[in-house]
Amino acid sequence: MNTTEHVVETVGLVKRRGDFTLGPLDLRVPRGFVTGMVGANGSGKTTTLRTLLGLVRADAGRIAMPPIGEVGVVFDQPFVLPYWRVRDAAAAYAASRPGWDQDWFDRLCRRFRLGANERVNKLSRGQGNKLMTALAMGNHPDLLILDEPTSGLDPAARADLVDLLREHMRRQEASLLFSTHITSDLEHFADYLVFVDGGQVVYSGAVDELIEEFAYIQGALTDLTAENKPLIRGLRRGQHNFDGIIRTADTAGFGPGVQIETPTIERVVVHHVRPRDEEP
Amino acid sequence: MHVIVSPVPGVPLYEQIVEQIRQQIMAGELAAGTPLPSLRALAGELRVSLITTTRAYNDLAAEGLIVNVPGKGSFVAQIDPEEARRHCLDRARAEFRQIVERTRHIGLVSLEELTVMLAQEWER
Repeated sequence: MNTTEHVVETVGLVKRRGDFTLGPLDLRVPRGFVTGMVGANGSGKTTTLRTLLGLVRADAGRIAMPPIGEVGVVFDQPFVLPYWRVRDAAAAYAASRPGWDQDWFDRLCRRFRLGANERVNKLSRGQGNKLMTALAMGNHPDLLILDEPTSGLDPAARADLVDLLREHMRRQEASLLFSTHITSDLEHFADYLVFVDGGQVVYSGAVDELIEEFAYIQGALTDLTAENKPLIRGLRRGQHNFDGIIRTADTAGFGPGVQIETPTIERVVVHHVRPRDEEP
Repeated sequence: MHVIVSPVPGVPLYEQIVEQIRQQIMAGELAAGTPLPSLRALAGELRVSLITTTRAYNDLAAEGLIVNVPGKGSFVAQIDPEEARRHCLDRARAEFRQIVERTRHIGLVSLEELTVMLAQEWER
């Protein structure tokens, strides 16, 4: 049993790609929990995961994580050959991954309706993603890393995939790090959140705390003053009303007329990436 | 143990879990020593996050209703009936206090009316 608190930790991680610079990132992924990485397309999620896994080389910084052989990984490009059947893919994984648990893999396939004889290239996108995930889970890796496992899936297939990931998390010590731009995947599933924007970490911490730290505010345009306007992120003006996200600590800066409520993760993310104010 | 959670606005999921397990322990449906599902199994079952189940079990342990044994799991604690009664009364008083605070100063409802209402709810 490993007793360090974080399964992945980076210090000052930097990766440059053309005009885009990721970092410097100080990233911590708590051991034993589900961490979701959110951010717009092009914000640096995939680059972060690829750099962690050593698929691309970091320009600076340190990375501490389990040996790559002990990490289950799913990226957009599958590592299986298209003419294989599900069972051929399983055999290839079984041969190359120490600790492969065929019973467990078979049980996952039954529960998530993956037939051993199905051709990999005939699977729907949802079934394909489930197969890749089940293969990555097949040897009970302590850490599973997935890049956008739910992108392009319909709601039912997304729910199914999250259920599959929940099976991974039933094991003691299991950790999961996955990126998504669909924030509803995180509700009631992710324990921690890493929110990246423009190659920087905007927020990193418990999901519950994000929702406590920020509040969703709505009010009449007349409630806005020169002092309280800069407190609002992603201020959106209608004809009479406005809405946006504020820090809960800044609530006192607004009059009694405004409505303040607990935000969804989606609201925080959406308003965060908007420009600070848009004058009409 | 039977627990069902639903995303009701205003009632956090961990509180729903705490409330239901507390009821079952108080009512004697869960006997002392009964093992509870692991944090991870319960999170998977209810489709909630691990932090939610962890918080629920921590609250139940703080109330003395369950015991968390590191490496073994969580078990229903031996409940002292006197203490359980006191907890029950404390919670009722806290909720009564809220009702009084919300109604008294408005001056439209009398204590007698509230007392009648309480009796009616009791008989339901």
